[in-house]
Amino acid sequence: MSRAEAAVADDGNTSSASTGIGPGPGPGPGPGPDTSGTTSGAAGIPQTPPISRTPTPTGPPTPTGPPTPAGPPTPTRAWTRIRTLTWTWTFGILRSELLTTFRRWRTLALLGVLAAVPILVGIAVKIETSDGSSTGRGGGGGAGPAFISQVTNNGLFLVFTALAVTLPFFLPMAIGVVAGDAIAGEANAGTLRYLLTAPAGRTRLLLAKFATVMSFCLAATLVVALSALTVGALLFPLGDLTTISGTRIDLADGLLRALLIALVVAASLTGVAALGLFVSTLTSSGIAAMATTVGLLITVQILDQIPQLHALQPYFFPHYWLSFADLMREPVYWDDLQKNLGLQALYAAVFGSAAWARFTAKDVMA
Amino acid sequence: MTGSVREPVVESTVESVVESVDDGAVIRTRALTKRYRGGQLAVDGLDLTVPAGSVFGFLGPNGSGKTTTIRMLMGLIEPTAGSARVLGHPMPRAARAVLPHVGALIEGPALYGFLSGRDNLLRYDAADPTADPRTRRARVTAALERVGLTAAAGKKAKAYSLGMKQRLGLAAALLRPRRLLVLDEPTNGLDPQGMREIRSLVRELAAEGTTVFLSSHLLDEIEQVCTHAAVMAQGRLIVQGPVADLAAGARGRLVVTTPDPADAARVLKEQGVADVVLAEERVSAEAPSADRELADLNSALVKAGVRVRGFSVERASLEDAFVALTGEGFDVAG
Repeated sequence: MSRAEAAVADDGNTSSASTGIGPGPGPGPGPGPDTSGTTSGAAGIPQTPPISRTPTPTGPPTPTGPPTPAGPPTPTRAWTRIRTLTWTWTFGILRSELLTTFRRWRTLALLGVLAAVPILVGIAVKIETSDGSSTGRGGGGGAGPAFISQVTNNGLFLVFTALAVTLPFFLPMAIGVVAGDAIAGEANAGTLRYLLTAPAGRTRLLLAKFATVMSFCLAATLVVALSALTVGALLFPLGDLTTISGTRIDLADGLLRALLIALVVAASLTGVAALGLFVSTLTSSGIAAMATTVGLLITVQILDQIPQLHALQPYFFPHYWLSFADLMREPVYWDDLQKNLGLQALYAAVFGSAAWARFTAKDVMA
Repeated sequence: MTGSVREPVVESTVESVVESVDDGAVIRTRALTKRYRGGQLAVDGLDLTVPAGSVFGFLGPNGSGKTTTIRMLMGLIEPTAGSARVLGHPMPRAARAVLPHVGALIEGPALYGFLSGRDNLLRYDAADPTADPRTRRARVTAALERVGLTAAAGKKAKAYSLGMKQRLGLAAALLRPRRLLVLDEPTNGLDPQGMREIRSLVRELAAEGTTVFLSSHLLDEIEQVCTHAAVMAQGRLIVQGPVADLAAGARGRLVVTTPDPADAARVLKEQGVADVVLAEERVSAEAPSADRELADLNSALVKAGVRVRGFSVERASLEDAFVALTGEGFDVAG
């Protein structure tokens, strides 16, 4: 499949991709896909056949008016008109994928839930400490999520707290829903067969899906971070902050680190995303794929807590998730961060390949 | 069969799917076979040839392997054995070169319910890497208009009726000028008016030179629009050819309407007409072969004192041909 696709793509880049440019379907009621009556100039004017003019596929079409042989659209043999396939066109599917995903009510609901978490945490901390006591009920030490005891001193810490709260479950669950539904949901709705006969190309579609899921990871993380930052700034003072190592950094540095942490958290979700996408290629039920992904997530989270499995635990994708806190050390302690990112890359490679192998060889029956 | 070459310069420099249609066949399969996991043989050694420019009816009872065949032709499933060529190129290997020239409606429409009709088409068009994004909106608008959905274009697809969904599915197949249209049961869910519109659309497209591959279980639909047809049953191709030939294969019936049916039947039998059936005032029999002058039969009846009210030969319909071929009606194949 890959070889064939490569060959075809290559072919497409150099020459042959005919489009609906030019003649309409003729005397029918509808005008052609694009007749010269189209308003936008570049779009409406029949393209000069690029092959005869520019050997390079990137040559932009020049709207120099109808070239002599083409003339006005005529209802004959529309497909004999050839035009260049520019590489940017292949991103149309990614754009469409992003639009489709982020316009979906379900996606917005998931983001809404994620945005609500920092609000709840912020309000809870505010109420808890309104009598002047510190969080953690009398200095219980490690009680509560990371950084929560510092939120009252500096609202910026709410960002770290919110990410620490959402990373174990809320964030990966949202990713699991979106990733699990990516292929299986299309198969379930039957839209997959039309995307594939468009033809989207299986590898291209899978890459677009993966890129979209990763964009959702980033968007979800940023939603949590921005919501937390807003709530933190509204309810608590902002200012210089103390790192875990005890040194003080100014607010600008703190914001930079918050952004860095958000990016690391988003990257931490790569493993779940790849896993979810792989599961999604196995079934044609979106619900089943979502449930399986979230189930796997919970199982792995539980296994990660069992001490007897400590030999395996470094290979569990959530194992190093909370290492993002190390970015708040001075100097930054990179060891676990690197292990985390390496592990996520490994998961992306393994499950991404598995998803590709499965999807490109699959009989699409839905 | 590659069509007139309007721009020789372009044509000679571009080697593409456009030209290499072997000997006029748009679809050609050789011993195409699909065995599903579990051993069920869905398609068994299919040799199908769809001539370019034809409106090709693909007939068969439910479960006879029509949709499996279409899925193999569209590169959605891999054949177990045999080969399929579409527009002269092997499928599914050349899918990305072939499919931009093919519009398909497979097993009914499938839409994103949360998107409007227009956005559905925009998405399907964006999935095609060879479709020009600059003309996308114009082409979508044209396709919507062509299937009569302009007024409902902004409505969410989940609010569409089945017929509207069907039309939107057709619009997706018509987003670009196609060389081949594969329409699987295109009139499903449509009202009679909609069916007529689809039929005239098919004729119109065929007149423009598009080959239409039409699967249907509605025999009269096939008979009305198709130039060629193939009949499948239990995964095997039973017959294929021009519709006229297929229908001619089944003999018509001679029908005599008379108040004296018993006498008429006797006379007909004396005249050597086979399979005489008596029903009230109507006597029917197998139509005699072409070299027999029908007027002589009529005159024989009259001479024998039979009062003939009506004398005609009912032409065999495709349905008769179908039943003669499959020995069954449209029952689901076990």
